[in-house]
Amino acid sequence: MELLPTVWFVAIAVLWTGYLFLEGFDLGVGMLMKLFARNNTDRRVLLNTIGPVWDGNEVWLLTAAGATFAAFPLWYASLFSALYLPLLIVLVALIFRAVAFEYRGKVDTARWRTVWDWAIALGSFTAAFGIGAALALTTTGLPIDSNGDRQGGPFAWFSGYAVLGGFAVVAFALVHALAFLALKTDGEVRHRARRWFVRLAPLALLPLLAWTVAVQLLSGKPLTWILVALGVLAAAGAWVLARRGAEGKAFGALGAFLVCATASIFGAAFPVVIPSTLNPAFNLTISNASSSAYTLGLMSIVAAVGLPLVIAYQAWTYWVFRRRVSAAHIPPAHGFLPAIAAKVLVGHAAPGGPAAKHSPHDAGE
Amino acid sequence: MDALEIARWQFGITTVYHFMMVPLTIGLGLVVAVIQTLWYRTGKVEYLRMTKFWGKLFLINFIMGVATGIVQEFQFGMAWSEYSRFVGDVFGAPLALEALLAFFVESTFLGLWIFGWKQLKRGIHLACLWIAVIGSVFSAYFIIVANSWMQHPVGVTMVNGRPVMTDAWAVFTNNTAMVAVPHTLFGALAVAGAFLLGIAWYHLWRRRHDGIDTVGADGRAVAGEAVIPGRDKADYKVWITSLRIGAVVAMISFAGTAFTGDLQGKLMFEQQPMKMAAAEAACHDGTGFSVLSVGNLGSKSCNDIVAVIEVPGILSFLAKGDFNTEVKGVNSLLDEYKAKYGTHLPDNPLYGDRAGQDIQYVPVMEVTYWGFRMMIGFGGIAAFAALLALWVTRKGMVPQSRWIMRLAVFGILAPFGANAAGWIFTEMGRQPFVVAPNPDASGVDQVFMFTAAAVSPGVSAAELITSLVVLASIYAVLLVVEVRLLVKYARGGVVSAMPELAEARSSEKKEKKDDDGGTPGAPGQPGDSDDVLAFAY
Ligand code: HDD
Ligand code: HEM
Ligand code: HEM
Repeated sequence: MELLPTVWFVAIAVLWTGYLFLEGFDLGVGMLMKLFARNNTDRRVLLNTIGPVWDGNEVWLLTAAGATFAAFPLWYASLFSALYLPLLIVLVALIFRAVAFEYRGKVDTARWRTVWDWAIALGSFTAAFGIGAALALTTTGLPIDSNGDRQGGPFAWFSGYAVLGGFAVVAFALVHALAFLALKTDGEVRHRARRWFVRLAPLALLPLLAWTVAVQLLSGKPLTWILVALGVLAAAGAWVLARRGAEGKAFGALGAFLVCATASIFGAAFPVVIPSTLNPAFNLTISNASSSAYTLGLMSIVAAVGLPLVIAYQAWTYWVFRRRVSAAHIPPAHGFLPAIAAKVLVGHAAPGGPAAKHSPHDAGE
Repeated sequence: MDALEIARWQFGITTVYHFMMVPLTIGLGLVVAVIQTLWYRTGKVEYLRMTKFWGKLFLINFIMGVATGIVQEFQFGMAWSEYSRFVGDVFGAPLALEALLAFFVESTFLGLWIFGWKQLKRGIHLACLWIAVIGSVFSAYFIIVANSWMQHPVGVTMVNGRPVMTDAWAVFTNNTAMVAVPHTLFGALAVAGAFLLGIAWYHLWRRRHDGIDTVGADGRAVAGEAVIPGRDKADYKVWITSLRIGAVVAMISFAGTAFTGDLQGKLMFEQQPMKMAAAEAACHDGTGFSVLSVGNLGSKSCNDIVAVIEVPGILSFLAKGDFNTEVKGVNSLLDEYKAKYGTHLPDNPLYGDRAGQDIQYVPVMEVTYWGFRMMIGFGGIAAFAALLALWVTRKGMVPQSRWIMRLAVFGILAPFGANAAGWIFTEMGRQPFVVAPNPDASGVDQVFMFTAAAVSPGVSAAELITSLVVLASIYAVLLVVEVRLLVKYARGGVVSAMPELAEARSSEKKEKKDDDGGTPGAPGQPGDSDDVLAFAY
């Protein structure tokens, strides 16, 4: 077993975990825009909890993809080309979602907001589902041939695992977002989020648990089974803590559940990165899919410096915006204020004349 | 159309589209950072207003760069899996580093800048913008390192038919990248310059048209005020300052692109002689730079192309720095290429139907010839217009003519065109290679890849056409949305980005019991509400 490819396998597992942890709640908040928020003020509260951070969270996805390309080009090439259409849908979802965050508030009409609210909610749902499905398939298998190319047409990747993985991430994101909102908001939204969390969590964490167990059944190892057990404990802990109103701790415990789940999934899959459902001889593994030791070494050095830095300044962002958001903080929506109005009143501006010195509201009165 | 052609169209369309947002992001980002620094230093109100106004437009555009960038990142694996397998060892690294070292910085610190107006100290808030902007410069650097390796592969040896990185320093200091990066950055600044110039011109014109500003006896502008939020004297300063900054930026950046472009030309002469010849549509060896050539550029044979106007010596100067080096034409290069890289595509299933076909070494000359000239032409026109604009507005006033105003606004498009033309020329001039062979260093000349072998073997033409249609239509719709929002906020002027200007007025009015009411957005309870939350959403 080679050291550097193993290190990079772990690094990529870490990046995916970071992605699911961070973007997990902003995807969930996106879905809650339609499921949970009751009026426009609620929606703006929701948006403002993730406003400063969602783009930074999304970069975890880009880094996971980029790191896969650099460290395991064959994994990247096979996975992304095999899942061509599902990833296209994910891209479309991510495009609309990103644009919606920014453009939603730019026109002050109910119709405009409704369109972008749907874009956020559906975009978040679809992206979460698609990414869950893709991750599930890379751990359970794709019909790839000896060159790593998908056989059997555009939908040959489809399997029950894809659906399971999709639901797993969607449902996890939903409760993760509820835990996040309980932590990040105040007032009615906070209490409702906590209630919802307590009610939904026992059910919503099941699909992720099922995926975890499925991978264990395919290729589990004693250690990864232990991780599953720890994960169950963490999930139960999150639920108990949330009932008691310990929002911060509940959020942390839920995070621990996620870490256990991804660790057990990736740990069980190791050292295979894509099992071939056609022939185990075509499996892509960390040894036959990886870059050269030179490239991996270079990347290791940069990542060892870069990743802690990223975590440090992202943590700082959360610290800067640590204040709970509540409806009271939300100013009334600004109507669009054009500088150019139909009727223009001009303070007569004789060159150097006294009118020029008047304050604006005196002019023309 | 087969899978390869569709994949190429898709890559071309999505990247050119991405690169409409990118230069505005880079250029405007830098400009806004400088303006905010001026505000920080001087405390002058016009700089604050400029920061907010241009910052708003910057953000409207930025998000589209983000949204379309994700497609780029995924596309190599989705549509070009053979390419990704071939180059992954060396090409993946800059891409991953771009995400790790640049995208994280950009997105995180921009979030801090957008939402941190109140939470952060002024200096730190400004620093966040600078960090984000520097992040975008780094992202340009990394991605261009990746692209330059395709133009000029260095720092590798072939192991089992794949290039393997042996010298990272060579890859990250590739001379092709070292000139392409500043060239692209200057190109981005050119976009920002024209953007400021055009929009500021419109507002100055509008103020004059509405009778707010007038011309004094000495021909100088006299700023006035109108009873409309934000249309006071500081507003005049906002626009005249923006106009001047824009014009100067546009001129400097053209000089910058010309200087770095000249260096690029010299490298291209060594590294991709066929691209050079195709840019000239030159059949025969020669020294002259053609200003106008006629004939059927589209035909694969260049023998019926006639250079109508030719400036002797310039081509040599572009290529080599003197006036009499013969630059090889297509005819002599064709034989060299055939001898070195073969006459037929290998009989390999990776090439699909194309296996065994003749290799077309000459890129589409219509595109390379006109692409090259459009890049320089559009950039030059914008810079010349900027010079004129500075002269015309030296007394602080724009002419009354509506048509000149329209021209100034329309001129915003010129540098966009120059950028797109530059990339299209660069990328299509590289054909038929996706990784062009590198003739200047002994040993790596055999590192190359034909585009025909790069596309994903497992992906069907039907899938590709689906994605092409889906992405192209979404992009078209979003372009309309973005441009409309940009136009709306650009026309809206400073108050559209600073509602507090109107509110300050209306609350003052309330104090004076001057009850004309009805101003939108008047704050009910100032209490706990946080205006920054409204700045973004
Ligand atoms: C505002 C944009 C702009 C302007 C005014 C110019 N360019 Fe440019 N040019 C680009 C925008 C651009 C670009 C989009 O940034 C490209 C595409 C790839 C690259 O690195 O830069 C480019 C590529 C590019 C290349 C190809 C390099 C290669 O294929 O390896 C050459 C030779 C030049 N340029 C030369 C020039 C010269 C001599 C110019 C002016 C006199 C000039 N460009 C103005
Ligand atoms: C800097 C990073 C870039 C990389 C790594 C890159 C890479 C590629 C690749 C892999 C292809 C497809 C294969 C091919 O047809 O040659 C391609 C084609 C193309 N790219 Fe780029 N590109 C980059 C930047 C750009 C930009 C910024 C533009 C334009 C704005 C651009 C314009 C095009 C066009 C028009 C094509 C189609 C050319 C053709 O198929 O004939 N590229 N590029
Ligand atoms: C074809 C190659 C390219 C790829 C794979 C690519 C990838 C990306 C990605 C993934 C994003 C979104 C980042 C985010 O979500 O924050 C992005 C945005 C951006 N890219 Fe590109 N890009 C390409 C070409 C270029 C070029 C040639 C430049 C510069 C010259 C550039 C500079 C930028 C900038 C400044 C942004 C603005 C938004 C942002 O990052 O955060 N890109 N690109």
